[in-house]
Amino acid sequence: MLDFASPIKLKTRGVMGMNQRNFSYIARYNDRRLYPNVDDKLKTKVIALEHGLAVPNLLGTVRFQHEVKRVFTILDKHQGFCIKPAKGSGGKGILVILKTDEKGYQKANGDVVSRKEIVRHISNILAGLFSLGGASDVALIESLIEFDPIFEGLSHGGVPDIRMIVFQGYPVMSMLRLATHASDGKANLHQGAVGVGLDIATGSMLGAVQFDRPVTEHPDTGKSLEDIKIKQWQNLLLLSAECYEMSGLGYLGVDIVLDKKLGPLILELNARPGLAIQTANRIGLLPRLHAIEALKQKSGHNNITRKRIPRAHDRVAFAIKHFG
Amino acid sequence: MWVAKTYYDKTNMSSRAPFLFLIFVLVAVGVTSVYYRHVEYGVPLTTGERISIWQVEAQISFIANEEAVNAQLSLPQDNSFELVEEFTASPAYGVHVQRDTTRPKVMWSKREAQGRQTLYYQGSFKAALQDQQDAPPSAVPSVEWWPEPYRSSVQVVFNDARARSGNNDSLLIQIQQDLQSDDQNMALLQSRFSKTEIFSQLLSMASIPSKKVGGLILEDGRRNQSLIPLVKVYINEKWRVLNLERAEIDPELPLLIWRQDAPSLLDVEGGTDSKVSFSISRITRSALADAKQSLTDSAAFGLYNLPLAEQNLFKGILLLPIGALVVVFLRIIIGIKCSGTFMPILIATSFIQTELLNGVLGFLLIVSTGLVIRSYLSHLNLLLVSRISAVVLVVIAIIVLLTILAFQLGLTEALTITFFPMIIMAWTIERMSILWEEEGGREVLAQGIGSLIVAVVAYLMMDNEVIRHWAFNFLGVHALIMAAILLMGQYTGYRLLELHRFKPMEDA
Repeated sequence: MLDFASPIKLKTRGVMGMNQRNFSYIARYNDRRLYPNVDDKLKTKVIALEHGLAVPNLLGTVRFQHEVKRVFTILDKHQGFCIKPAKGSGGKGILVILKTDEKGYQKANGDVVSRKEIVRHISNILAGLFSLGGASDVALIESLIEFDPIFEGLSHGGVPDIRMIVFQGYPVMSMLRLATHASDGKANLHQGAVGVGLDIATGSMLGAVQFDRPVTEHPDTGKSLEDIKIKQWQNLLLLSAECYEMSGLGYLGVDIVLDKKLGPLILELNARPGLAIQTANRIGLLPRLHAIEALKQKSGHNNITRKRIPRAHDRVAFAIKHFG
Repeated sequence: MWVAKTYYDKTNMSSRAPFLFLIFVLVAVGVTSVYYRHVEYGVPLTTGERISIWQVEAQISFIANEEAVNAQLSLPQDNSFELVEEFTASPAYGVHVQRDTTRPKVMWSKREAQGRQTLYYQGSFKAALQDQQDAPPSAVPSVEWWPEPYRSSVQVVFNDARARSGNNDSLLIQIQQDLQSDDQNMALLQSRFSKTEIFSQLLSMASIPSKKVGGLILEDGRRNQSLIPLVKVYINEKWRVLNLERAEIDPELPLLIWRQDAPSLLDVEGGTDSKVSFSISRITRSALADAKQSLTDSAAFGLYNLPLAEQNLFKGILLLPIGALVVVFLRIIIGIKCSGTFMPILIATSFIQTELLNGVLGFLLIVSTGLVIRSYLSHLNLLLVSRISAVVLVVIAIIVLLTILAFQLGLTEALTITFFPMIIMAWTIERMSILWEEEGGREVLAQGIGSLIVAVVAYLMMDNEVIRHWAFNFLGVHALIMAAILLMGQYTGYRLLELHRFKPMEDA
């Protein structure tokens, strides 16, 4: 059952391991003081709006237990919505309601939830059930993403999102994450979501994995993953590159959804993006990261001031040219 | 392709220098402290190590002359042995042990004594950790010439020996050989003097410092022994002990030098017919107990001076670094996932109380029962704090129930289940339950098994006799553990399980 790769081969292929990610990239390029900006989705949203970056529409927030009942004045105005904890991690505690009818609220997988259960879910969020370390939290109510019809049949009960690794403001690698039955509608690869590696230059499919092993079709719908090509790719790259200035984090995971009408929207940022993106793309991260580090060395300054950083547009051009 | 290796390694190296220095200091401190404690204080490296202690009893007897009695017995002067303890037994005598002079002795005195008197001195000796040399002789010996005809004879023997030797070493060998020969001159000398005396005379003529000493052969169970006349010769800047009278002594047996050039072994005033005899017995003692004894006696800075309760507390606490090392290793190098960073260590410490099998079974029983009940609690819509508190109560209830049940069934081993840390168990159940809801049973199983593996490995390490011994008796080990943990903190290579995970990448 356990067959091991040779570490030398992995090294030559530039595969980055967890220890190296933590030590050489996260600890070195991500200032801990900036973590709250990305760990708290409400803060992320506020900062993103300040920078003029597109995010899903915020319908309202619930901060205190006594406000919970009032949530229905917001919910009743909308057919579908999404309730999530501001500090949740790994897709925990996200409740997606597709439509509301007399029976109750209908979840993505068809289950119906009652008002009582909505109240309980929000109480759990406020009590910190889903947040890191159990700290008390805020519940966000966002408008539902209407995902683009090209994703039809590619996702089992969840919104497909695009994970982009942005290093020093350069998009270096990306993948499309598709929820499956195994992942229970969540887009996290370690839970069983399918990761589809995307060409940085074009946004077309390079390879796909589930549980770190190659797949060619969606395990639930059987739809082929071969000819996926993301629309508005250029905008998507630009949006993710701009997240560098916005967050200040050098090694960043940007999760983007593609809304039918609004185009690419920043869903959340991640200061500790996972490594499965490498298996999805069938290529290691290290050569690309080193290339950007070498760029910095060439220009002869280690602490680049904001003005000297190539603008997002140029960084995207560089990424398309060299990482495509 | 850009490869930024050079830039990369340079920044790495410059920031690593102080780090590597710290590691070096920690390793140096650790190794030195372990070495020092082992060599200087004899703290043994393993637990079962035992040392020999020689109990030597000197029995002194004489007939008192119905007047004041003063008896003096010289005590051993041997740097290769250490005195562990000593006793005297002597009815109605005043006893005084004098150690501060060049000649240590024990003195007995009594105003009036009559008839046969028997006095006892018992000393226990162990081999000294370091063999300290006696001080070198202060002056070149001067020759006290014997009367004729011995003077001429000894002169002949000496000249003869010197002619047939090149240096002091070979002269010594030559003299020893001559002592055994039946040369005429030698026969004449031996009719008047003992071999030891002739030997000493010859050495002083050669200006080789020597002294006559009395030694006791340490052999278990011997009784009625007396001192053997020996000669200590200072040659090549070292004292050597030579035995000239009795060739049949087993060279393997240790020798305790009792008397050094002193006028006499025993002086008795107010008594006649005095004699000393020795009996020897060997006892063994744990080397650790012995080292503890000497460390406590010397009031050295250390744990042994603490009250016993605190010492026992530290025996437990000092195992935690071992557990931490295991966790760091299994997570960073192997890549095992576990629930809660140090939860497995706490579980492992309770395994120490419960034994492994009971512990694992108890853990599984409590966690699985807890998970079932917790899944009901999650329907009750409780706030976090009260939910966890409820789980704490549930865990306690499970433990009480299981203990009573086990007792009724006569399974006394299962009673140790009470040693589990209840709050930790409650948190474990809570975390696993959330994990189950959020990430599915697969993740719970992975993390649960991971935690159990880490706990079992940590337990096996912490329960190991030798490791326990090292953790408590060699505090330097913790500096080494610190160094290892810091080093692993900068390990950027692949984790073992990542090699499996990235297998498809190998030839993509």
